[in-house]
Amino acid sequence: MTVSGGETALFWVLAPLMTLAALGLIFVRRAVHAAICVMFVMVGMAILYVAQEASFLGVVQVVVYTGAVMMLFLFVLMLVGIDAADSLTETIRGQRWLGVLLGLGLAAVLLGVISAATFPPAVGLAEANAVTNPVALARVLLADYVLAMEVVGVLLVTAALAGLVLTHRRRISPKVTQRDLARERVAALPQGRTLTPLPAPGVYAQNNAMDTPALGPDGAPLEHSVPRVLRIRGQARSATAVLAAEESLVARELADAGLLTADADADDDGARADGARDAHQGEER
Amino acid sequence: MELTNYLGLAAVLFAVGAATVLLRRNAIVVFMGVELMLNATNLAFVTFARIHGDVTGQVLAFFVMVVAAAEVVVGLAIIVMIFRARRSASVDDVNLLQS
Repeated sequence: MTVSGGETALFWVLAPLMTLAALGLIFVRRAVHAAICVMFVMVGMAILYVAQEASFLGVVQVVVYTGAVMMLFLFVLMLVGIDAADSLTETIRGQRWLGVLLGLGLAAVLLGVISAATFPPAVGLAEANAVTNPVALARVLLADYVLAMEVVGVLLVTAALAGLVLTHRRRISPKVTQRDLARERVAALPQGRTLTPLPAPGVYAQNNAMDTPALGPDGAPLEHSVPRVLRIRGQARSATAVLAAEESLVARELADAGLLTADADADDDGARADGARDAHQGEER
Repeated sequence: MELTNYLGLAAVLFAVGAATVLLRRNAIVVFMGVELMLNATNLAFVTFARIHGDVTGQVLAFFVMVVAAAEVVVGLAIIVMIFRARRSASVDDVNLLQS
């Protein structure tokens, strides 16, 4: 069996990239970036599986590893806090150099074994895959490894249960329901709490009006309709000032459109002055 | 190209995964290193299946994947539990048994 030129090219393109991404796992500071690196390695691995006549495993690799396992990793990263960067203080002295040394040693030993061993001439899977790869796999899996598959099924169920049990949190305090909240509100009525939500601040045409109070049914401004932060900062405005400014603006626009009668022209100058003052106020704000 | 090149890649990836486990402190990254090692062995399995012309290697790689999925569920659940108890995902902080 000979390896095609296309596969050779694929290997020499993918292998260095995958090795780089794997090294990123060691050198990258943030856990999320490490997760991205691992995802790249896993997708590259899936491509290599397909190239190596293991199309079923290639698909399973994408679905199980990049689809499920790495997503689970990302979920836990979000849960644990995405900014959690590694501390660089060593608790065991010389651990870093020892780790580098052991990693390099392991690589040297494994590569040495592979280069020293003599492998039989490659057979290739063309014959075994004659009935398509999934069927060939299924025949081995469901004939020779039936017991192992059943045991693995039990293992998966156990793992799912373990995940549920381990992350289960027992409730310490009784659950607060909608009913309890409503009862609490009614009980707080004598202390001056209102049942309804607070009135929204007034909205007038001229300004965005978070800072102007709404008017009550009696026409009096409701101070507590302005957000508390604005009130404390002293940025709340009175409703009458806004209303006066608006009236003057309407009068000016009518005058500009030539809709005012002659006797109203006398007021025109005043309205213009109001408008100018209003514009000035706007700039100040 | 020889098929042993794939084995070389698998060996390099395995060593990098092992180094990650030894060097990193964040429990989640350490876990990713373990995953990388499992993936490297899978690549070796698939390559051996091709060398010998027998899909049993692929079946074994399939089993490794399933067991890895189960392991990830339990491992991440443990990490989440430790994080809840100690507000940290660093493997150095879990030294309660140290005198």
